[in-house]
Amino acid sequence: MGNAEEGIFFLTGKDFTNAGAASSSLKGILERRGVPQDIIRRTAIAAFEAEMNVIIYAVAGMMKYRITDTEISVTLQDMGQGIPSIELAMTEGYSTAPDYIREMGFGSGMGLPNIKKSTDSLVVNSVVGEGTTLEFMIRLKAGE
Amino acid sequence: MDLQTIIDSLSLEVITPELDLHREVTGGYVSDLLSDVMGNSHEGNIWVTFQIHINIIAVASLKGHSGIILVNNRKPEAETLKRAIAENIPIITTTLPTFELVGRLYALGLRCR
Amino acid sequence: MNLSEIRNILNAIVLTDEDALQKTVACAYCADLMSDVLSFSVTNSLLITGLTNTQVIRTAEMAAIEMIVFIQNKRPDIQTIKLAEEKHIPLLVTAFSMFDACGRLYEKGLRSLARVNVVHRA
Repeated sequence: MGNAEEGIFFLTGKDFTNAGAASSSLKGILERRGVPQDIIRRTAIAAFEAEMNVIIYAVAGMMKYRITDTEISVTLQDMGQGIPSIELAMTEGYSTAPDYIREMGFGSGMGLPNIKKSTDSLVVNSVVGEGTTLEFMIRLKAGE
Repeated sequence: MDLQTIIDSLSLEVITPELDLHREVTGGYVSDLLSDVMGNSHEGNIWVTFQIHINIIAVASLKGHSGIILVNNRKPEAETLKRAIAENIPIITTTLPTFELVGRLYALGLRCR
Repeated sequence: MNLSEIRNILNAIVLTDEDALQKTVACAYCADLMSDVLSFSVTNSLLITGLTNTQVIRTAEMAAIEMIVFIQNKRPDIQTIKLAEEKHIPLLVTAFSMFDACGRLYEKGLRSLARVNVVHRA
């Protein structure tokens, strides 16, 4: 049993050295709270994909999280190029990644679809030339 | 080993039926990193990958691969398919993940050479 | 299959967690693309990959992958090794190509158990 917990991580664009550190910290927080393994895995996967999107495509951003007894909600907000067509971006395999990103193991076009698959709700808003906000939520069973 | 034989033995799906599948497969290569494929694969190899963007055709064409197998039920992008037909590179898909598909190709006798 | 058996089948060198020889995996997953791993792999797997950057360790951590083998003698850098040690993810290196490494492990009975198009919550 716990109270609501919230926090924020700051993300720097193209900072591949630290890429994934925020998601890893979030995973640690969930483990500390005793959240079930399968929920931790879904949250970690969604957070990691979203974090990588910010680092690959944006200039800077942040990951905000809020954990209660009933749900985990994570919001990623970035300043960056934005997404011209969210519908296209949600298509499996669609990617605008440059070659050097593909050589790093990213850009297969599965990021947003993976987030959608792992979460109970997902909202993406974007303004081309300004940035993107992505919010996802994962339900926890009551009393866990 | 003939490409058609491999397709029949493993019940793979051919996305480019218009292309001739009776061609010699010299070996197998698996990688999603284009620079690696460029550097290490050989002519006549069958290339197994998760990548579906148009650059895979350029690589397969340059290296003279006998074909590309896309795993996990991946389908090529429209542009990729067009280029594949133009460059005479058969595209085959499987619902199997890479490890399984390669395991079965290996069991058929294919090696990385 | 345990780390020791995997090491022997692949003539591999264990880079980290040398004392984790009894650690076992239920299945194997082969990929160079991280989203592929996140999308399709299952927990308690061995990851076979040619990608050696730190994100491989991050991905392994998120996807609950048990251990990683790098193929074709590809060596991870010191940062990657350190992160793997921190996360207790054993790293191995084999001279075999990805193709032959997978083939050999499959021959000895290891499988993927990953499913494509699993039904997810609507």
